Amino acid sequence: MNPALQGLITIIVGVGGCISYFYFSNLFLDKVLFPIRGTNAGKNISRANMIRPWLFLAPAIFAMGVYLAYPVFETFRLSLMQRVAGGGYEFVGLENYQKMLQEAKFWEALNNNLLWLLVVPAASTAFGLLAAQLSDRISWGNLAKSLIFMPMAISFVGAAVIWKLVYDTRGVDQEQIGILNAVWLHFSGGAISVLFLQIVPIVGLLGFAAASALVGLAVLRPMLAGRNLVAWAIPLRLGAAGAAVWLIWLSLRAALTLGFAALPYGEPQTWLTIPFWNSFFLMAVLVWIQTGFAMVILSAALRGVPEDTIEAAIVDGANPFQIFFKIKVPQIMGTIVVVWTTITIVVLKVFDIVYAMSNGQWETQVLANYMYDKLFRANDWGIGSASAMVIMLLVMPILIWNVYNARKEMR
Amino acid sequence: MDNIVGKKSALTWAVHISMACLVALWLLPTFGLFVSSFRTSDQIVGSGWWSALSTQERQLPAIRVAGDEVEKDGRFVIEGRLFEATNADVSAWGTSSQAPTKYGPGETVDLGDGVSLTVQADGVYDLSGPVSFGDQRLPRIFSTAATPPEFTLDNYKSLLLDPKNVDGMGKAFFNTLTVTIPATIIPILVAAFAAYALAWMDFPGRALLIAAIVGLLVVPLQLALIPLLKLHLTLGIGKGYLGVWLAHTGFGLPLAIYLLRNYMVGLPRDIIECAKIDGATDFQIFMKIVLPLSFPALASFAIFQFLWTWNDLLVALVFLIDSSGETTVMTKQIVELLGTRGGNWEILATAAFVSIAVPLMVFFAMQKYLVRGLLAGSVK
Repeated sequence: MNPALQGLITIIVGVGGCISYFYFSNLFLDKVLFPIRGTNAGKNISRANMIRPWLFLAPAIFAMGVYLAYPVFETFRLSLMQRVAGGGYEFVGLENYQKMLQEAKFWEALNNNLLWLLVVPAASTAFGLLAAQLSDRISWGNLAKSLIFMPMAISFVGAAVIWKLVYDTRGVDQEQIGILNAVWLHFSGGAISVLFLQIVPIVGLLGFAAASALVGLAVLRPMLAGRNLVAWAIPLRLGAAGAAVWLIWLSLRAALTLGFAALPYGEPQTWLTIPFWNSFFLMAVLVWIQTGFAMVILSAALRGVPEDTIEAAIVDGANPFQIFFKIKVPQIMGTIVVVWTTITIVVLKVFDIVYAMSNGQWETQVLANYMYDKLFRANDWGIGSASAMVIMLLVMPILIWNVYNARKEMR
Repeated sequence: MDNIVGKKSALTWAVHISMACLVALWLLPTFGLFVSSFRTSDQIVGSGWWSALSTQERQLPAIRVAGDEVEKDGRFVIEGRLFEATNADVSAWGTSSQAPTKYGPGETVDLGDGVSLTVQADGVYDLSGPVSFGDQRLPRIFSTAATPPEFTLDNYKSLLLDPKNVDGMGKAFFNTLTVTIPATIIPILVAAFAAYALAWMDFPGRALLIAAIVGLLVVPLQLALIPLLKLHLTLGIGKGYLGVWLAHTGFGLPLAIYLLRNYMVGLPRDIIECAKIDGATDFQIFMKIVLPLSFPALASFAIFQFLWTWNDLLVALVFLIDSSGETTVMTKQIVELLGTRGGNWEILATAAFVSIAVPLMVFFAMQKYLVRGLLAGSVK
């Protein structure tokens, strides 16, 4: 059958089926099962009203149960099993996890994923905040916003092609058609090159290390001061502080290597094969996409900041930077956290970009692509499921946090 | 607000300039690909896309003199043009690769044996000799010309309209459309009923259900791949459109329910209660009052789901595309082209733009609803 025709039939059957299901099940409930007449009319109404919500919910609960809830448990079960030759499965306990932990590629993927988790949400939120603040103050702000927001509509695969052209490399004697290499070849190793490619980035990295240190200290301060905290907050804070230390170490190391590196001026670079840095070139793609999202949400939050707090600050003689960092940012902290966690989830699932741009070669592997490799290339469902469970484990804190907040809000 | 003191000077300019830089940075990559998709492969390889926008002076590939010989005043003459374009301007030319810029336009050069060659500034050449050229190898002309920007639609024509092109996107385009439309419409309806129940009906376990939906909102898709593929294979659905429609419906539901419920809760209570007093059933209230009033939320979710299913690669790879490749979607086709046609940017750029064009149109046409949906959908 022609797929287009099949699609049309599916739409008609799907939509018609849905509506007639809801219509007839309600009719059945009201007319046959608990008819609103006779002596039991009143009782029947309340009985029907107890069942009706479940009629409305049934298809959705069924679909979500089969397509989202059941797989979580089934994946967990599969991660403890192994396929045996000739069909069937056998229970092997944690063996899949053990094998996975011994693979260098897994650790590379986990390491890279942690780096992605720190860099992409931070960079997207920062750029988003900057764009939101700047665009609020100019006449063509809406146009600017929709242009920065545009990459949201572009598929990860499309974005991969777009950025592959940016990173494209051709031989030394040929004309460069990738814009990054064209810019790179304009640097020749003189004072300006050193200024822009070494001094400025190093200052940036040192500044980033300092900012991480400040955040780490701020997180630890309540504990050092000996204040009473909820039990679960302590490991959370220690984890955040650990991440901060790791970031400081990473940025200091990067600053040192950059400071002493002899940059290969005049040679076109294959950006996606430079170890360690190539991950950042892939991250740039996701930052490019997600900044628009962060900007839209944060821009709405910034507009919601009460005017009188800003007026008061102006009257007190605050300069624009103080107004931004000391008045506005603290008031939208909640929204910043929401944006951060939402982007974190996107990062954990990132698959298409790595799959299309490097396919995990040159040490750019991430968990989602590692899992796809295991599942459909190595055909090892045991380890594949185990790595899926690792992703689930990483999502878990955010899941709990979201559910906790949603419940708090409803009360 | 910030200008209350009346200071509107350097800072405003700094804001304008930094915003312009930011926008340019964000637009540049897409723009580069867009320009590239309108250039021929020679042009793309010859120069960066940024130089396509202005008149460029560059060396053209060598062209061997060819054409019919005409006898004129006792000499044999071959006339022709170096390039099709009439507005290019030859600044120098030569007959050997060692000295490709030896002569100026209009100059007549003696090539020995009485043969002479002239190349005019507009690319017209004429070769003449005392005897017939016969099967003789004719000289090559190297030329340097200033060519104005030149764009072509040929890439799009061959990729979309040529049925013999194995890299063609026509089929993949329709496959994507076939996946997308049912996968967008069906979850909306299912979700709308569920959202109505969660927003306006009171029953035990409601709060728990909402919490569960918030939880399911972030469950990674990756977990669902193996179990569901197994399930589909057991049920006999296998790999195909039905499987991918079901999968997209299941994965889209939590967001749909969450968005719609948040919107429906905010509808005025009076309207619904009045309708109830007038004897409307829940089904009638839903179909006649709640659904039409929820149009903005429905539109937001429809856009999300459309963009997500149109742009998806993973779900299609796992649930749709079988070994025959008949059901390939555009994202998969592009990934394949990246592998086989890694250097052919005219194909890649055009393919990518064909797949990007529809979401971009939807985006610019319905941006309002998208923004509204985003603001409602991010878990507060």
